[in-house]
Amino acid sequence: MQDLSPGGAHVRAVHDEFHGDLLEVSMGPHHPSTHGVFRMVVTLDGERIVKLKPVFGYLHRNHEKLGEGTSYLGSMPYTDRLDYLCSMTNNWAYAVAVEKLAGLTVPERAEYVRVILAELTRLLNHTCLAGFLMQDCGCSGTPLMYAFREREKILDLFESLSGSRMMCNYQRFGGCRVDPPADWLARAQTLVDGYTAFLDEFEALLTGNEIVMARTQGVGCMSAALAVSAGVTGPALRATGVAHDLRKVDGYGVYPRFNFRVPLGAHGDVYDRYMIRVLEMRESVGILQQALAGLPGGPIMNPAAKLRGFRPKAGEAYGRIEGPKGEIGFYLISDGSPNPWRYRVRPPSFINLTILEDMCLGHTVADAVIILGSVDIVLGEVDR
Amino acid sequence: MLGSGILQGLAVTAKNFLGSYHDPARYTTVEYPEVKQQLPEAFRNFPFLVTENATDPMGTLRCVACQICEKECPPQCIFIEKSKDKKPDANGKLQIYPVVFAIDTSVCMSCQICVEVCPFDAIKMDQVYEIATTDRFDALLLNREQLAKPNEYFHQIHPTEAAEVDARLAADRKAAEEKAKAAAAAKAALPAKPAPAPVAKPAVVPPPTAPQSPGPAA
Amino acid sequence: METPEQIRDRLLARFPGAQVTVVVNGSPSAQHSLLVDAAHGREMAGFLRDDPVLKLDQCSNVTGVDWPEKEVVETRKTTVPDPAGGTPKIIEEKSKRIEPGCLEVVYHLFSVALRHGPVVLRMRTGNRTDAVTLPSLTPVWRSCEFQEREVFDLFGVKFDGHPDLRRILMWDAFKDHPMRKDYVEPDDYEWEPTPHGDVLAKAKKHFPAPAAPAAAPTPPTATA
Repeated sequence: MQDLSPGGAHVRAVHDEFHGDLLEVSMGPHHPSTHGVFRMVVTLDGERIVKLKPVFGYLHRNHEKLGEGTSYLGSMPYTDRLDYLCSMTNNWAYAVAVEKLAGLTVPERAEYVRVILAELTRLLNHTCLAGFLMQDCGCSGTPLMYAFREREKILDLFESLSGSRMMCNYQRFGGCRVDPPADWLARAQTLVDGYTAFLDEFEALLTGNEIVMARTQGVGCMSAALAVSAGVTGPALRATGVAHDLRKVDGYGVYPRFNFRVPLGAHGDVYDRYMIRVLEMRESVGILQQALAGLPGGPIMNPAAKLRGFRPKAGEAYGRIEGPKGEIGFYLISDGSPNPWRYRVRPPSFINLTILEDMCLGHTVADAVIILGSVDIVLGEVDR
Repeated sequence: MLGSGILQGLAVTAKNFLGSYHDPARYTTVEYPEVKQQLPEAFRNFPFLVTENATDPMGTLRCVACQICEKECPPQCIFIEKSKDKKPDANGKLQIYPVVFAIDTSVCMSCQICVEVCPFDAIKMDQVYEIATTDRFDALLLNREQLAKPNEYFHQIHPTEAAEVDARLAADRKAAEEKAKAAAAAKAALPAKPAPAPVAKPAVVPPPTAPQSPGPAA
Repeated sequence: METPEQIRDRLLARFPGAQVTVVVNGSPSAQHSLLVDAAHGREMAGFLRDDPVLKLDQCSNVTGVDWPEKEVVETRKTTVPDPAGGTPKIIEEKSKRIEPGCLEVVYHLFSVALRHGPVVLRMRTGNRTDAVTLPSLTPVWRSCEFQEREVFDLFGVKFDGHPDLRRILMWDAFKDHPMRKDYVEPDDYEWEPTPHGDVLAKAKKHFPAPAAPAAAPTPPTATA
């Protein structure tokens, strides 16, 4: 184990390099800007960060062990609690992995409904993230409250469809649990129609704001090569200019039928990561319009899918989708019993944190706060 | 011009501030204890047990203590003890019933899996949310008497689902009766064989055609 | 993308003396994997990353799998001809053998540049107690850094060459490796009795305790 005590070997090494008085500060775990119980052990030279070690696990509940102890169906509600902002996409990723493992097909209508819900989740997540990021910048309250106002409308939709605002537990292997009624679809259509106006207003508030630009541009840069090597996915990867969106790459579900673009950044800084998310929301609105217009009739569940006594035959599968935070994947090994032998979550926000130190080196503590904010983490998923 | 972005943003906040006085889209909160939001029909909180008859809740529980929900519950918050004897249910059919049916709501995560796996439509999701107590142990462990609620209540909170369930149960009952009738007729039509002495009493209805539990998953 | 067999053949041609086997996956997903020996693991990973045909530049997912040792009962039938010329006797011999357990690390590799994948790479330790060292692939893919720490923390695989191998999710003073199948969890995490504990106790009395790690399945069989 590495010695992290003040004056340890690593501190002495940096000390020799910088010839300054170094200070080791523990930011968190109870820090409002760390998005939960997350701790960063930062070594400072003046106000510059010369070393940063993220420390987590405060919310660790061994989700994967729980998954090995319950049936395949029983893990579905637990996936809601990974990234509790995006339960619909977590559900979908898990359902995709199990469907791959068992060779289940999904009816067309269910695929469309999944796309609609995933894109609503993306709107919700990115809106919230923009709000949180502004909160981290010191812009307390206003943008976050506007974001939450819109988020609440999406959560109301989720609640009236699935019964719960955040813990939806909606997807099933081979389809979805309930068929969205016509009035629900009409409400979704109203929300989607109005979302562009909200985005325009939100952007008028933030995108061109000189203070936001001064705080975020050129901060927390990451290079494309490092991002790919470090397994960074989602908007953080695309902000570096790498065109990698699983909706295009894998073309899972019915995404190939929709016409949308993948926004790319050029600098990989905090501002790019913010802009990518705003642009993605605009594309999501487009996908939602197409999906709501083209929603076919038919069954919502594959009649061959079993709710109870589900036992896929021995084998393994890795299924992944493009979640709002990046690639969320599930790796399952079945031994033919009702419980998976191995149940693994590939958590995007955990892996996106790998190069947090690289992004923060040389910046100030206040910048580290917004860099962490721009990575977009949810501790329920990081710690699992 | 430097600062134009800031001015533009200020215009947005001003619009929202003034709008909150007359535009309901910009003033979205309700003053909770006095005003309550209308819950959507699908809203779920904790499970309850459906009884057919409000005057005799314990005698008319739909639950037959098959323990499927207990087994499937992901956080294992349900505890059931089967009865040794059988009692007639609301339809007069002899059934095993739960002597103990407890749900630990401090553990329950409102996932609705018990509702989905129940083959008898006996457990449904409640919508009560003002359930704060000062005792975090026993007061959160709900027993069978606290959990039982009449079917009319179910109709009140989930009208669509309840109507579906009732229609399905009625259809099942009818089908069962017809099957019983057909079986009885077939039996009557048969020439009396060397006395299968205790001839099946007509009261003993054949097993419900309704979702007969296909045995536990394991 | 090349099939796992093609990749295996090229790896064997490039690294003479290495052992690569294709592990067949029986599920409809048909994601077959490559089991490579630990001694050549890192060189092969580097080859897979830099190879112009594969260009597996992203290691998306790293995880461990625990395969505890398992008792296999084998029945062998031998036919002994009767010297008197009667019907031959069939003698059944039952032999028990302990199939050794191992810890396995699975890497899911994708190519962002060429948009293909996954190529699944597996490495196995010698046993579950003392020979648990595998080469770290963090020098090849940076994304392995935290994930290998997680595998070290939860499974107890030691990664040789990892820059910063310490516990990541459990606290530093924690002793065991909770994702192992034979991990025994403490009776109660809470210091005070809760109704939950009572319910569990009753439930446990009610259900016979599941035979926890005894019925371990075999690791996927390797075919050459």
